Amino acid sequence: MEILISLIKILVVMLVLLTCVAYLVLVERRVSAFIQNRIGPNRVGYKGLLQPVADVLKLFIKEDIVPKLANKPLHRLAPIIAIVVSLSTIAVVPFGDKINLFGYEIKLQIASVNIGILYVLALTGLGVYGIAIAGWASNNKYSLLGGLRSCAQIISYELSMGISIIGVILVTSTLQLDKIVEFQHGWRWLILLQPIGFITFFVAIFAETNRLPFDLPEAEPELVGGYHTEYTGLKFGLFFLAEYANMITGSAIVVTLYLGGWQFPYLQSSGLPEFWTSIIQVGTFAAKVGAVLLFMVIIRWTVPRFRYDQLMDLGWKFMLPLSIANVIVTAFIIYLFE
Amino acid sequence: MIPLNYYLALSAILFSIGVVGVLARRNAIIVFMSIELMLNSVNLTLVAFSAYLGNATGQMFVFFVLTVAAAEAAVGLAIIIALFRNKMTVNIDEINIMKW
Amino acid sequence: MSIDTIVFFILAATSIISAILVITRRSPIISVVYLVFNFIILAIIYLTLHAQFIAVIQVIVYAGAIMVLFLFVVMLLNLGKEEMLTEKITYKKRIAIGLAVVMSVQIIIGITTSFGEHPNQLSPLATQIGTVEHIGKVLFTQYLLPFEIASILLLAAIIGAVVLAKKRIG
Repeated sequence: MEILISLIKILVVMLVLLTCVAYLVLVERRVSAFIQNRIGPNRVGYKGLLQPVADVLKLFIKEDIVPKLANKPLHRLAPIIAIVVSLSTIAVVPFGDKINLFGYEIKLQIASVNIGILYVLALTGLGVYGIAIAGWASNNKYSLLGGLRSCAQIISYELSMGISIIGVILVTSTLQLDKIVEFQHGWRWLILLQPIGFITFFVAIFAETNRLPFDLPEAEPELVGGYHTEYTGLKFGLFFLAEYANMITGSAIVVTLYLGGWQFPYLQSSGLPEFWTSIIQVGTFAAKVGAVLLFMVIIRWTVPRFRYDQLMDLGWKFMLPLSIANVIVTAFIIYLFE
Repeated sequence: MIPLNYYLALSAILFSIGVVGVLARRNAIIVFMSIELMLNSVNLTLVAFSAYLGNATGQMFVFFVLTVAAAEAAVGLAIIIALFRNKMTVNIDEINIMKW
Repeated sequence: MSIDTIVFFILAATSIISAILVITRRSPIISVVYLVFNFIILAIIYLTLHAQFIAVIQVIVYAGAIMVLFLFVVMLLNLGKEEMLTEKITYKKRIAIGLAVVMSVQIIIGITTSFGEHPNQLSPLATQIGTVEHIGKVLFTQYLLPFEIASILLLAAIIGAVVLAKKRIG
C-alpha cells in the first residue's frame, strides 16, 4: 500500500509539473507580448489556451536532425541528462502538510529524506552535465561556447547558493525540507529572518536556471542558440522542458526555503475542517510558486542581459562574499541568543 | 545480508582497474581520472568498514579523502593546463624533461 | 538470494563495467562521462550501506565539482583531435595489465582468508552513524583539528591552482 501511494504521488506530481511547464510557456509568451505591446498567441483554443498542445505537437512531428560530425551517443544522452535531473528535484519538495483521503493519511511530499537540501544541491550540480555535454557533442563552436559558459556560470553561482542555504540550516537546524516549512509557521517566514540569504539564493536560482539576466549560455545575438543550436524536434523539446521544469522546481524551492512553503498564517487556528485546511495549504503553495514564477517571467522581459565578465564579477566578488557574511552574522546572532 | 567481503572485493577490483589505467594509459587526464577511481575504491572500503563495524571513523576518513581529492583535482588540472600551454601535449611520455 | 544481494551484484557489475570503460575509451570526454556514472553508482552503494551523508557528498563533490572541472579542462584543451594521442598496445601495457590482475587476485585472497573473521551483517548502529547529525557531531568534536587542517589544505590548493593556471604575461 505504501508503495502504491508513493507511485500515485509521483504520477500526480509529474503530471501536474508537466502541465504547469506547458502553461508556463504560454504565460511567458503572453506576458512578453503584453510587455512588448503585442497580442501574443491567442488563436489556438479559447484565447490561446490550447497553444501548448499545438507547440508540443509541432515538436513531435519535426524532423530530428543530428549534425554529421556530432558525437552521436553523447548528442543523444545530453537532453536525457537534462530532463532527468530537472524532473527529479521536485521529489523532496513538500507541497502541503498531510491530507486524509479514503482513510489514508498521505504526506504531501514524495520523499522526506534526511539529507533534504543536500539532495537538491547534488542534483543542481549534476544539471551542468546535460548542458556541457550538449555543447561539446554538437561539434559547433557556438554550442561549445554556450556549454562552457553555462558550466562556469552554474559552478560559480552554486557556491553562493550552497552558502546561503547554510544560513537556513543554521536557523532551522534541520536539512529536511518539510521540517523547514514546519519551522516557518505563522509569520516566521525565513525571508524575514534571512533577507540577505534570500536575495543571494534567489539570484543564484536565476543563474542556475539560465534565465535572463543570466541567460548567457544561450545569448541569441552572440551564440545563435547556445548549447541547443544543433538540436531539433523532440530533443530540443526536452531541453526546453528541462529549462522550464527547472524554473518551476527552483521557485518551489525558493518558496519552501524562504517564503513559508505551504504555510498560510493563522489557518491552523481558524477551526476549518482538516480536509479543507489541507486543500488551502496546497493552494497557498501553488499561489506562492505562481507568484515567484510570474516575477521571474517579468524580470526576463524587462531587464537586459549581463556581459559575461559582469556576470562572473557579480557571482564571485559580490554574491559569494555577501552570502558568507550572511552565514557569519547569522551564526553570531544564534550564538548570542542561546 | 551481504558479507563485508563482497564490498572489499569490489573495492579491490575497482582499485586494480585504476592501477591499470595509471600504468597503461598515456593521456595525463585519463591517468588522473584513474587516480580518482583508486581513491574512490578506497572510500568504498572505508564506508563498508564503518557500516559493518558501527564506527563513524571510516566515514570521517572518506570526508577527508574527498577534501584531498578536490584539492588534488584543482592543482593537478592546473598543472595539466600549464603543461599543455608549454608543450602542446598531454601525453605523459612526451613530458620527460625531468629525466634526461 | 535475497533482494539485497541481487541489488548489490547489479550495482557492483555496473560500477566495474563503467570503470573499465573509463580506462579503455580513447576520447577523454567519454571517459569523464563514464567516471561520473561510476561515481553515481558508488553513491548508490553508499546508500545501501546507510551512509546517506557520504553518498550525497560524493555526488556533490565528485560528480558535481571535481568531474565538472575535468570536463571543463577536457573541453578547454579540446583534446578531441585523436591523432594527438595515438596509444599503442605495447609490451609495457601487457605487463601492466598482468601485474594489476595479479594484484587484485592477491588482495581478494588476502581479504577473504588471512585477516580472519569479517562481520557478515551490517552493524545495528549503521543507520544512525550515517546521518548528517551524527557525522556533524563527530566531525566537530573528535575530528575538529583535522577538519581545520583540511581547510588549510583547500586554501593551499586554491592558491596553487591560481598560480599554476595563470598565464604569464611578457
